[in-house]
Amino acid sequence: MFKIGNTIALAAVYGPRELHPKHLQDNEKGKLRCNYNMMAFSGSGDRVRPGPSRRSKEISMVTEKALAPVLDLSAYPKAVVDVFIELLQTDAGTRCAGICAASMALADAGFKMKDLVCAVSGGFVGGTPLVDLDYYEEAYEGGSVDIPVAVTPRTGEITLLQLDGELSKEEFKKALEYAKKGCMKIYEVQKKALREKYAGGAKK
Amino acid sequence: MMLEKDYIVKLAKKGERPDGRKPLEFRKPVKVEYGVSAKAAEGSARVIIGDTEVVAGVKLEVGTPYPDSPNKGSIMVNVELLPLSSPEFESGPPSIDAIELSRVVDRGIRESHALNFEKLCIKEGEAMWIVIIDIYPINAGGNLFDACSLAALAAIKDAKFPTLLEDYKVDYKTKTENPLPLEKEPIECTVWKIGDQLIVDPIRAEELAADARLTVAITEDGKIAAMQKGGEKPLKEEEVLKIIDIAAEKTSELRKAL
Repeated sequence: MFKIGNTIALAAVYGPRELHPKHLQDNEKGKLRCNYNMMAFSGSGDRVRPGPSRRSKEISMVTEKALAPVLDLSAYPKAVVDVFIELLQTDAGTRCAGICAASMALADAGFKMKDLVCAVSGGFVGGTPLVDLDYYEEAYEGGSVDIPVAVTPRTGEITLLQLDGELSKEEFKKALEYAKKGCMKIYEVQKKALREKYAGGAKK
Repeated sequence: MMLEKDYIVKLAKKGERPDGRKPLEFRKPVKVEYGVSAKAAEGSARVIIGDTEVVAGVKLEVGTPYPDSPNKGSIMVNVELLPLSSPEFESGPPSIDAIELSRVVDRGIRESHALNFEKLCIKEGEAMWIVIIDIYPINAGGNLFDACSLAALAAIKDAKFPTLLEDYKVDYKTKTENPLPLEKEPIECTVWKIGDQLIVDPIRAEELAADARLTVAITEDGKIAAMQKGGEKPLKEEEVLKIIDIAAEKTSELRKAL
């Protein structure tokens, strides 16, 4: 479970297991498959209709791309590693929370990883640079920019980058810098949680 | 296929491309044609970039405003990857590629506030215009992101409101002279990374050889309005900043075709 403010993401990893249908199998390496889903009651407004939407399919895909660079699945040809992400409670920043949870679940499952992946949104609300926008900030009428970013903390490389809103290149640089700083903070929390589990007794 | 990929990667290392273009050169000319379905759609356009050809059409419907934005109209963008346009596409429910394409084009228009949503409201809480933009590749020869976004914008520019009758019924046969409330013109440019080389306007084989891509939507005043990263490999921060500069330059080139 990964909690950031009021957004709570759960992630579970299954596999490597045989990939069906067979024509999707890759003879060279295993495949990473992510599934992002918001639980029906998890939004503060209307009930979210269950099942995949255009939005959730896109988020599943960008999550896959955000995590793929740190995973080495060459030992598992023809197999799939399934990552299921469920949002229990949402207050914006859900794809980033999902990525953080998933990267920890992959580490917990013992996969060979080059790095963890940390994600958070940077942005501008009414001209002020912010990190980890909540729902009200994202919906701010006077202009809001939301930039979900995922980085691999050891190399500082960007594996997820989306942007909604309007801003100049200078403002973008600022927002990106904030988001990267935010990611480093999350990295510390992720490391601590994993250490607690494996070095300091099994603490959930 | 593998051989072709190796060949493209090798060329990219030398800053060369299979069709002899420079890394940051679009196929020429980029053509935009308006009113390709003038008798039917409220607005329509065709975009041709090299072998890639895309048509887009705008239809306007009256709907009830959403409860969280009673004073605003709405847009819908849909890209359908027709089997007619490429041997890679199959009929059936939209693939993830079609969904991503639709959503990225949608965000470019929505997030830049290109259309004034308040002006699309007919009566608060009661009736609004929904601008529905359907985009179809006719020949998918690479760079669909940029072609689709340009086609969507061109179709919106071409569109005129139909006549609104009593009880919010619409007379589609009689178009008015009123254009849509277009206040900004966002255009998307996608920069692809092959090895360490950045290129624009790839042919399909180059897309298949690429490691990463970043789409940037830019308005005429040079502001960034939307971004989307794709591909299996990460990007460095300096690459991202360089891509923004490239996108700003290329979108102003593309703007001339409108």
